[in-house]
Amino acid sequence: MLSQQTIQIWSSILFVSALAVAGEVLIAAGMKQLGDLDNIRAQSGLLGAIRAVLTNARFVMGALCMALNFFAMLFALSIADLSLAAPAIASLTYIGNAIAAKVFLREKVDHRRWLATGFVAVGVALLAR
Amino acid sequence: MKHTLKPSQYAVLIAIMLTASVGDSLLSRGMEQVGHVDLHHLGLLWHALFNPFVDAGIVLLIGFFACYTTALSWADLTFLMPATAFGYVVIALLGRFWLHEQLSPSRWAGIALIVCAVGFVAGGPSRTEHPQLDQMDAGAGL
Repeated sequence: MLSQQTIQIWSSILFVSALAVAGEVLIAAGMKQLGDLDNIRAQSGLLGAIRAVLTNARFVMGALCMALNFFAMLFALSIADLSLAAPAIASLTYIGNAIAAKVFLREKVDHRRWLATGFVAVGVALLAR
Repeated sequence: MKHTLKPSQYAVLIAIMLTASVGDSLLSRGMEQVGHVDLHHLGLLWHALFNPFVDAGIVLLIGFFACYTTALSWADLTFLMPATAFGYVVIALLGRFWLHEQLSPSRWAGIALIVCAVGFVAGGPSRTEHPQLDQMDAGAGL
């Protein structure tokens, strides 16, 4: 039987990871919607490119998720050990990003990218120990 | 059509790898000098803004976010993930060869796995083609 504290710790880790995935996928969706920033900068200049990014709704929502993620991370670290929370959140975020990129962004995640995602998730966990 | 990267785009990827890791290291170094910040000493955060390591770290992290956002406009999220993870390798190698820290076998294994992951995606296309969606987006942008 899982203790209440264990459930609380893993809930916070899952919540932080979910916010990070939502933030990254929304930002990626916004940037895909805008298209190559180099082309926008060539047409409208640097300020035009910055304005295009900052007025994109998906980008703004993604940035908000990342800001919430920062504060949720602080809360998670207050109840969980850094040695558990940091690698767990990083690994779950990488795996969640790959799944969300395939489902929501319709990226072609072939076997090479799945293998890379798995290697990154395990590698980051090993490095953060 | 297979998306290949221009030299300037490779430079953005290298900047992503370096800016996040070096920026985090500088922030960490600066906050060590500033001291422990808690709810009763939030004023220390203001003090931290006058620490040169913290300032340099913030500038590099802003640079990282700009490069990452730019890269997402021409590359897939799953293509960029190993590049962002490579920052952890840079931090570990900086610790080993600059600060002369000892790396455990499990950390060397982590470095090897991330380097392999970069190799896996580097050989493939940087972006998924969606011809119909691209046309719809172009139409919506008019």
